[in-house]
Amino acid sequence: MEKNAHRVYWKTNLKYLAILLSIWFIVSFLFGIILVDELNTIRLGGFKLGFWFAQQGSIYVFVILILVYIRLMNKLDKKHNLDN
Amino acid sequence: MDLQTWTWILVGITFALYIGIAIYSRAGSTKEFYVAGGSVSPLANGLATAADWMSAASFISMAGIISFNGYDGSVYLMGWTGGYVLLALLLAPYLRKFGKFTVPDFIGDRYYSNVARSVAVVCALLVSFTYVAGQMRGVGLVFSRFLEVDINTGVIIGMIIVLFYAVLGGMKGITYTQVAQYCVLIFAFMVPAIFISIQMTGNPIPQLGFGGVDADGIYLLDKLDGLHRELGFAEYTSGSKSTLDVFFITAALMAGTAGLPHVIVRFFTVKKVSDARKSAGWALLFIAILFTTAPAIAVFARTNMIETVSNKDYDKLPEWFGNWEETGLISFNDKNKDGKVQYLADKSKNELTIDRDIMVLANPEIARLPNWVIALVAAGGLAAALSTAAGLLLVISASVSHDLIKKMIKPDISEKGELVAARLSAIAAVCVAGYFGINPPDFVAATVALAFGLAAASFFPAIILGIFHKKMNKEGAIAGMIVGILLMLFYMLKFKFDWFGGGTKEDWWLGISPEGFGTMAMIANFVVSIIISKFTPDPPEEVQEIVENIRIPSGVGEAVSH
Repeated sequence: MEKNAHRVYWKTNLKYLAILLSIWFIVSFLFGIILVDELNTIRLGGFKLGFWFAQQGSIYVFVILILVYIRLMNKLDKKHNLDN
Repeated sequence: MDLQTWTWILVGITFALYIGIAIYSRAGSTKEFYVAGGSVSPLANGLATAADWMSAASFISMAGIISFNGYDGSVYLMGWTGGYVLLALLLAPYLRKFGKFTVPDFIGDRYYSNVARSVAVVCALLVSFTYVAGQMRGVGLVFSRFLEVDINTGVIIGMIIVLFYAVLGGMKGITYTQVAQYCVLIFAFMVPAIFISIQMTGNPIPQLGFGGVDADGIYLLDKLDGLHRELGFAEYTSGSKSTLDVFFITAALMAGTAGLPHVIVRFFTVKKVSDARKSAGWALLFIAILFTTAPAIAVFARTNMIETVSNKDYDKLPEWFGNWEETGLISFNDKNKDGKVQYLADKSKNELTIDRDIMVLANPEIARLPNWVIALVAAGGLAAALSTAAGLLLVISASVSHDLIKKMIKPDISEKGELVAARLSAIAAVCVAGYFGINPPDFVAATVALAFGLAAASFFPAIILGIFHKKMNKEGAIAGMIVGILLMLFYMLKFKFDWFGGGTKEDWWLGISPEGFGTMAMIANFVVSIIISKFTPDPPEEVQEIVENIRIPSGVGEAVSH
């Protein structure tokens, strides 16, 4: 019974990881590197968008990703009574 | 007051503060020495991690590198912050649940093998020593320019301070000094940035300022792109490195960050698993403040520098130019004898060479900020270098006293004996680091990149597989680590040090630079580990149970040695 609950917990954790790490990949490697030239044709005030993602945007998103993960996991821990 | 008096006062106050904290929080047991007793609050740990992580390289060199490389400098910004996402999501919580003192502890226990442990110790020492040499160099640089003492004297003063609080306080001492050091360094970094941002764009937030307009209503970045085109450089906002190489370097820095032992070990110092996640969040938030400001400083400094010196009469240059010329970090050679400074991309006509390491230190002078701001930057640079050096020295001393002596050579050593051994190895490590600071190998810059490549190629896959792949066994992990490290070493030695026949840019495999090769070596590690583990026996039942156990956050024990 307990083993099963742990499996569900772990599966949910892996799902969160997959989603958050995809976003992590998209904002840095995709927007900041692979698509940088395409995005640079779009402007964000004085910034070219690709350049902005590489030097600013990706970092802001990284911080948000960790904060979201902390929230999600704290909730999940509580649901499974694993917070102590 | 003049600059030197200000610098002595500020450096003196901050040093006294660090020593005071160290005396107040000295370590009494091995647990306090290695993991600060395992009871640091997530906020304090986040601050300490940020200071630990941000070295002389991030404080002094990074904005300068970005300043000179424009978009290509993004690899450091994304690489050194994105690694924290990996740390927070994939490593920190599970390693905290595992609850040991060091990274080789985890590798040795998870892979039930002292061979694995030894490989990990060698990697930890290699990574940490290459890294610490650069820090001591940074200390010497700050001392020589701002306090006009000899670089060697500067290194020795730095050594004594670090020695004092790392040896006395262990992890407990350095954690709380690092909290203070973070405050000093971030204040020192932000004050000039805000001043200059207001000066150049009227916006007090540098992150927004460098996307703003200057006094003539032109976007600052457009203006800089224009200046670059005029002087023949590649456009600031688009780089000159290949996309593939930028991709590989960024990935290597991210994985390397997540695999650096002095960063990982910080997550052993908190009470529970959720605290480990929280401190990773705090740490990245604190780091992001500096890392999002650095590219702004880079743009301000670059624009200011070009406008101040380019095509100006040499005799009429401001005072800072002469000051830095004396240190040898700026040099001017009037090739066409017109008495003006020609700063051009074309090497045969260019007359000015500037060491990119000085951009952050010289920036407040170039912008004519008051002396106390310049002195503050000096104190901040020292805080950044010392906090990282202390963290690294602790990893080195724990590797020797805990992983080597306690776990392998003399398991029956008493708690007291181990603590003495830890302190002695910290002293020895400081001396070695100091030696490298005074006699810097000319490959310091190269070896810092090597440190990340090595961490990415060795620890990162072994730890990830140890957590997420239950069937990963010792044969796979050991083979993977050895292949990863050797491959990385080979590539660095070949293309950085001209061993094995050397080679030039044209010979790079798939066009990937040595800095980016860590990603390749890491992939090799993963592949080798998985293939070998398929053909060798599964890990024992109890090890598989450990893996099940670290995936669940509850029932976390205190960090224990057995």
